[in-house]
Amino acid sequence: MLKLNNISFCADAEKEILKNINMTVENGRFLVITGPNGGGKSTLAKVIAGIETPSSGTILLDGKDITNESITARAKAGISFAFQQPVRFKGITVRDMIQMAAQQPLSDQQISSYLWSVGLCAKEYLDREVNAELSGGEMKRVEIAGVMAKQTKLAIFDEPEAGIDLWSFKNLIDIFQNMRERMDGSIIVISHQERILEIADEIMVLSGGEITVQGKRQEILPQLLKAEGDCQFCAKKERGCCE
Amino acid sequence: MNNITKKLLETVADMFGAPKGAYNIREDGQCAGRQSTEHIVIEPKKDKPGINIIIDSAAQGETVYIPACVTHSGVDDLVYNDFYVHKNADVVIVAGCGVHTDGEEDAQHNGIHRFFIEENARVKYMEKHIGIGEGTGNRIINPETYIEMAENSYMEMDTVQIEGVDSTKRTSAAVLQSGASLMIKEKIMTHGSQIAETNFVVDLNGEDSGANLISRSIAKEQSRQLFRSRINGNAHCHGHSECDAIIMDKGIVSAIPELTANHVDASLIHEAAIGKIAGEQITKLMTLGLTEEEAEEKIIEGFLK
Ligand SMILES: Nc1ncnc2c1ncn2[C@@H]1O[C@H](COP(=O)(O)OP(=O)(O)O)[C@@H](O)[C@H]1O
Ligand SMILES: [Mg+2]
Repeated sequence: MLKLNNISFCADAEKEILKNINMTVENGRFLVITGPNGGGKSTLAKVIAGIETPSSGTILLDGKDITNESITARAKAGISFAFQQPVRFKGITVRDMIQMAAQQPLSDQQISSYLWSVGLCAKEYLDREVNAELSGGEMKRVEIAGVMAKQTKLAIFDEPEAGIDLWSFKNLIDIFQNMRERMDGSIIVISHQERILEIADEIMVLSGGEITVQGKRQEILPQLLKAEGDCQFCAKKERGCCE
Repeated sequence: MNNITKKLLETVADMFGAPKGAYNIREDGQCAGRQSTEHIVIEPKKDKPGINIIIDSAAQGETVYIPACVTHSGVDDLVYNDFYVHKNADVVIVAGCGVHTDGEEDAQHNGIHRFFIEENARVKYMEKHIGIGEGTGNRIINPETYIEMAENSYMEMDTVQIEGVDSTKRTSAAVLQSGASLMIKEKIMTHGSQIAETNFVVDLNGEDSGANLISRSIAKEQSRQLFRSRINGNAHCHGHSECDAIIMDKGIVSAIPELTANHVDASLIHEAAIGKIAGEQITKLMTLGLTEEEAEEKIIEGFLK
């Protein structure tokens, strides 16, 4: 279970990017965070993974305060994070990357099965380097396969749908469904996609660094999708008011 | 062959005992073993230290080993090795060099290698350099390589300096005739107060000749590196050089490329990128559970792969 208490994050003295965030994700739950660009979603994910340090507040994983733990310690404690913009490396192959994510020896067969499930032909990709020669979409899929290979209590995916042009949404949704069945932890997906919102247990809207809407999918989604004229994110004001 | 040579040979030439094919082992300026084969003849030079390696056209897929070791301080070895690669031959040449110090004096190896590669011949040349030992003297390796490539010949040169070499100055010069193609891959890691200097000069004289020079290097601590490449396009040809360097601590790297197109159809490119390891790369690997140090190691290992 992940719990954030009064988390704020300031990039500098003037700019408060996250304002007093309170949220809980129970084990086995699937949370989708949505909201306008620049709303603070990626920053929130980085704060949870330990990449950014909050200016105030606490983060608990299964009741343990991890606010001051390093990125490495959090990864070892079971937090995994698929970046919005995957990082490229010279000389590191797709195989190495998945292997590192797993933190244990995997057979090529096992690695291949992760690659297949993200729609990559394993034979073609195992020895490719995760450098500038892979497209953005291919990098995204390797990133997702990495999270699948890692033993995880909390998996965070930042806009996983980006660049899945050649691949179907259905596969992505299957991955999340399977993952949710197999792991006893929780999943957070940052997404703008209605089809991903549809499989959420809970939905949260982050806008201007604040949680504007938070609750069960059954209650929130109809609001978000409500009649034209309404804002798709805050469900209150004019359409596009949060953009 | 002494034990230090044995140990050095394992590292620089992957040699465990005497190899099957042709070889010549040089130890502290002396010959410590030599063998010719039907198609590869190795003979000592008469006028100066060194050997001639004659590879005839019938050599197809053979490997010849010509490693050199300096096993103690106070040795300043100079050797001239000439390779005559006949038409259509296809050969792998393994030429590692290891230098060991045990005292205050320097241990030094200067290897001057010349290649005369005939039409359609193919050469893969591998050179690994390492310095070891407890001595305080400098471990110095200065290789000079001259390459003459006839029509449609091909050469790939892989050179690696792993560690422990305090000072190195590498000079490589090549002249290419029509259809000849040269690929040079260099990997260097320096640390402490080591100095490494690389000079490439390539003359693309023949129609459709091509050269590709790729250097990957890492400069740690106070070490310094200089990469200088000069490609002259004198015909319809392709030249590409690339210097990619990671600097750490107080390391310094300079890259000085020079391209001269003396012909309107010469196409020459240089790329250079020098910088520290990107922070996001370290962050990414840390999110997989690696420590900062482990992440750095992985990134370097991949970079120099
Ligand atoms: N380290 C940082 N320094 C300054 N501004 C930042 C930093 N990180 C993010 N921001 C800013 O914070 C806001 C939220 O960014 P982000 O979390 O990426 O939003 P989202 O993922 O919702 O699109 C943006 O205005 C962005 O420019
Ligand atoms: Mg974002």
